[in-house]
Amino acid sequence: MLVFSLLVILIFNFALELDAKTRTSVTAGVIWVTFVFAGTLGLNRSMAIEKDRGCLDGLLLAPVDRSAIYFGKAISNLAFMFIVEIIILPTYSFLYNINLFQPGLLLVILLGSIGYTAVGTLLSAMSVQTRTRDVMLPILLFPVIVPVLIAAVKASGGYLQNLPLDQILPWINLLIVYDVIFIAISFMVFDYVVEE
Amino acid sequence: MNSKPTALRTLDIISLILLVIATYLALVFAPTEKVMGEVQRVFYFHVGAAWVGLLGFIGAGVTGIIYLKTQNLKWDLVEQAAVEISLVFFFIAIVLGSIWARPIWNTWWTWDPRLTSASIVELIYLAYLMLRQGIDDPDRRARFGAVYTLVGAISVPITFLSIRMFRTIHPVVIGSKSAAADGGFSMTGDMKIAFFFALFTFTVIFIDLFWNRIRLGQLEQKVEQLKLKVME
Repeated sequence: MLVFSLLVILIFNFALELDAKTRTSVTAGVIWVTFVFAGTLGLNRSMAIEKDRGCLDGLLLAPVDRSAIYFGKAISNLAFMFIVEIIILPTYSFLYNINLFQPGLLLVILLGSIGYTAVGTLLSAMSVQTRTRDVMLPILLFPVIVPVLIAAVKASGGYLQNLPLDQILPWINLLIVYDVIFIAISFMVFDYVVEE
Repeated sequence: MNSKPTALRTLDIISLILLVIATYLALVFAPTEKVMGEVQRVFYFHVGAAWVGLLGFIGAGVTGIIYLKTQNLKWDLVEQAAVEISLVFFFIAIVLGSIWARPIWNTWWTWDPRLTSASIVELIYLAYLMLRQGIDDPDRRARFGAVYTLVGAISVPITFLSIRMFRTIHPVVIGSKSAAADGGFSMTGDMKIAFFFALFTFTVIFIDLFWNRIRLGQLEQKVEQLKLKVME
């Protein structure tokens, strides 16, 4: 997951010729594409491990609410996303001489990652039970997370280009709304996904 | 069960006749639009197809919730029928829209909220069909399908909103006065007749297809059961 995301950044460097001028406009897009791609790898793996040798069945036998399993998986996926982000951000800043460590930008990344893993955990629990498991997750996930991606890229781009706050705020609100809605939805329907 | 019900057969014929009349109204009866010319005639069926797509989209979301509540496989059939109809008609609407957009907007495609949302619905429903194909157990297939349509039904309006926060060039024909620059126009009486008739026709076609598809699904289930019986 980590090496993969470093490679994505490397590929973007050659594919887009990230010179100083283009960098300011495409940086937000590049880092979010990296997170999204690396995220699918992580989500796939985290559920595939559970499915192997029936670990998931063991978890379901545990005398806890099903939603506890969902939140546990979601938090661990989120932690993995953060680890990747913690390494990608300084690397990117170092390689391209852009300061990505702005509190606003970090907030956007936090909110975006929460929305992404909230839906991703639910859908990966579904995709892992299908015949074409690894291919299925991105196909299911990408069309549904379009709003997160739009809002996150717009908000990150806003911070990187030093736009005034009132132009960034709507996007952050949108991210918060998305997070709240999809955490609630996943919490409600996770039962149906793991039920035997 | 085996023979087609008479009501459905009548509805088939009615929708065919309505379609012929709607075609006549759109292509001959309605006056030619002054600025855009003949290409504007695509509009009547474009809106009709998009309307059916939207009906299917809403239908799929609602039946998804009903299925999760009742766990009755009947609703799964309805949901699948709605998804398939929505998929086809949004595609028709996108193609017709592109034909119109080429001369009017000078481009086949633009990332406008409606266009993007329609294409994302297409992608979500394609993913939905692939998801169903990958699962053998009918109960699980139905549950996953319902969950996914539900997630899609909530995500697409948010997508629509989020792109709306950029600006749009899609004309709002009904109830808007300032759209002329985007290729909007105001309808005359005859145009309105053609337009609402097309809308009505497509609604009837939607009901007809929906009914046929649900019946097909029921027959499919029966065949499956008979197969299992033979194998025993």
